[in-house]
Amino acid sequence: MANFETVEVTTDILLCGGGMAACGAAVEAAYWANKNGLKVTLVDKAAMDRSGAVAMGLSAINQYVDINSGNNTVEDYVRYVRNDLMGIAREDLVYDIARHVDSSVHLFEKWGLPIWLDAEGKYVHEGRWQLMINGESYKVIVAEAAKNALTQQGGEYFERVFITTPLLDGDRIAGAVGFSTREDKFYVFKAKAVLAAMGGAVHVFKPRSSGEGLGRAWYPPWNSGSSLAFTLLAGAEQTCQEVRFIPVRFKDAYGPVGAWFLLFKSRATNAFGGEYMVERKDELAKWGSYGAVKPIPANLRNYLGMLDEFEGLGPIYMRTEEAIQKIADQYKDDPKAYKKKMKELEAEAWEDFLDMTISQAILWAGTNVQPEEKSSEIAAAEPYFIGSHSGASGAWVSGPKDLAPADYFWGYEYMSTVKGLFCAGDASGASSHKFSSGSHAEGRAAAKAMVRFVLDNNTQPNVDAGAVEELKKQILKPLDLFAEHAAKSSDPDINPEFCKPKMFMFRLQKIMDEYAAGVSAGFKTNRPKLERALELIGWLKEDSEKLAAEDLHELMRCHENIQRMWQAETHVRTVLFREETRWPGYYFRNDFPTLDEANWKVFVNATYKNGEWEMKKVPVLSIVD
Amino acid sequence: MPSFVIMEKCDGCKGQDKTACMYICPNDLMVLDKETMKAWNRAPEMCWECYNCVKICPQQAVDVRGYADFVPMGASVVPLRGSEDIMWTVKFRSGQVKRFKFPIRTTIEGSAVPDGGYGEVTTDLASQCLYNEPAALKLDALPTTK
Repeated sequence: MANFETVEVTTDILLCGGGMAACGAAVEAAYWANKNGLKVTLVDKAAMDRSGAVAMGLSAINQYVDINSGNNTVEDYVRYVRNDLMGIAREDLVYDIARHVDSSVHLFEKWGLPIWLDAEGKYVHEGRWQLMINGESYKVIVAEAAKNALTQQGGEYFERVFITTPLLDGDRIAGAVGFSTREDKFYVFKAKAVLAAMGGAVHVFKPRSSGEGLGRAWYPPWNSGSSLAFTLLAGAEQTCQEVRFIPVRFKDAYGPVGAWFLLFKSRATNAFGGEYMVERKDELAKWGSYGAVKPIPANLRNYLGMLDEFEGLGPIYMRTEEAIQKIADQYKDDPKAYKKKMKELEAEAWEDFLDMTISQAILWAGTNVQPEEKSSEIAAAEPYFIGSHSGASGAWVSGPKDLAPADYFWGYEYMSTVKGLFCAGDASGASSHKFSSGSHAEGRAAAKAMVRFVLDNNTQPNVDAGAVEELKKQILKPLDLFAEHAAKSSDPDINPEFCKPKMFMFRLQKIMDEYAAGVSAGFKTNRPKLERALELIGWLKEDSEKLAAEDLHELMRCHENIQRMWQAETHVRTVLFREETRWPGYYFRNDFPTLDEANWKVFVNATYKNGEWEMKKVPVLSIVD
Repeated sequence: MPSFVIMEKCDGCKGQDKTACMYICPNDLMVLDKETMKAWNRAPEMCWECYNCVKICPQQAVDVRGYADFVPMGASVVPLRGSEDIMWTVKFRSGQVKRFKFPIRTTIEGSAVPDGGYGEVTTDLASQCLYNEPAALKLDALPTTK
């Protein structure tokens, strides 16, 4: 076996991840832990300043309920999310995040995040729930508060340690293991409670760009399904794993469209000027009560645009020139004000990209786009797993005591069905539309519950030393395989004895793309295709034992792709189980092409234990009328 | 190739164990070649173009060239990040240049106080309020359905 030092860290509360949810958890956990004599440890696979989905920055905060103004209530937010997800949402969780999120946003502002203010000093709303920010350093600022909280209150954090596997003591979580991506060290974290907040999953499906632009995924390529694999393999029940998300964004570079649609009120049309949101209005009636609500659910908006594309009416365009002209027209009698307004709009439009998708600015510059003169293409991207946005995949967690129906409550909010294993951000399911700010708030709420759990269960779970040694051997195996066999071949990547992680990923992406309703399958699938996907994934799983790594970086890639593989299988099994089409703009079951409220207005939950999958329906219980 | 290192400018962060770009890359792509003492991007096709290596480099030795499989050549987008704002220079394929300056934070680096100045408001572990709520919500009480 590769010669790695084993580093053992014993703590009370282990936070796995370093993104928005984990940073929120760090701030809240550090306070309560310090008060109660407990220790908090955070582990991030990258550097906290720029890790997670907000690493590049953001141009907007997408969840701010603004309860204080009296304009919105928490109930309004719950109704919005419930409709957007076609009736499938854990209202208790959505409610809880919505009632805490404003305090996270107020903290961000105090920490130094510039939020746009109007002439009266009020926040500038991009839409009803969205705030405009100068968010280049959003993550740096949030991480700074988290690191300060940890270091000032007796906690600690590790960077560049990649968590691969949960440790269990019977039905209770006991910690996590992983390895450093910088030195030959194997890490064993022993803890009384563990938070999974390791993001969603990207590159499970084949992306539209498969050359150099492979990395230009809409969600970051380092989100490899760590949360799903970690919680699934710990035995935690999963929910909504069929509810992938497909964003419609500026084509190829995936620049944000929110400001164009919401702030600049732009229209989207097909190549012949037709407006699918108007021309295909009747289609909405096929999707039950959800087709009649405003705003129209994201997946239905996607679907109407996809229908234009399927019928050969593309490209689809964001009519930027028209939107800007409309705004400019308001100033046509005042040339000075007009000039000022145009300058302002130009800066706003470019900042939108420069804050969060710099590639889109390069693409516009590379194609000489002047948005006031010319439309830009938009398109449906490949599918992603992101429970924090308009997808819903994640673990099934307990709700809060004062909100959750009895069936949704088992003592500690955000605790999964595994004792002591908590989830937040993309790791927890059925609580969509929490975005960056809501994930932070959810992390805070989960952390407080974790402290309560530890005080109620204040014993260090047992960790079997032999089992850890076996895990170490298994996790480092790709290095051993390479060392043993590489010399037999002229090419380090081509060897009959092993498979390199990059081609393993491409193999997975091809299966998902062609059989599980990816881009090239027009987002459509059926039972035989899904069953074929499972057969192919079965062989892939066997071959995951043959993954090989030349160095630490490749060892990380091996395990990232094993995580993607688990995400893929969980998704396919859940899509297969749900015999209807409920989110036509995310995926379409040709063998069950309609919404079936009578049989399928339920959550589909999946559990994997002792090598067996269990799929079941769970009732949707409402707490808001 | 997404981010790349300008050989003439890179000094390998003066022989330190890890370079600034290695430290910051969220996808573990930047590596230091100890022989040439220059950093490089080991997997440009996994680069998100997040520009964190570009922004952090003390020598301005990292640049980005748009993805060659869909971006026509000739454009560049170059940031200069200070402690309060960021300046962007956008050069078009046509040669046109636009410059933008945006604020990045309103406080001094390192100064974020975890409780945001709201203090300890709720000290009861059984309460649904987080420790600086309801003050940090700017409300008198946390909303509930009961």
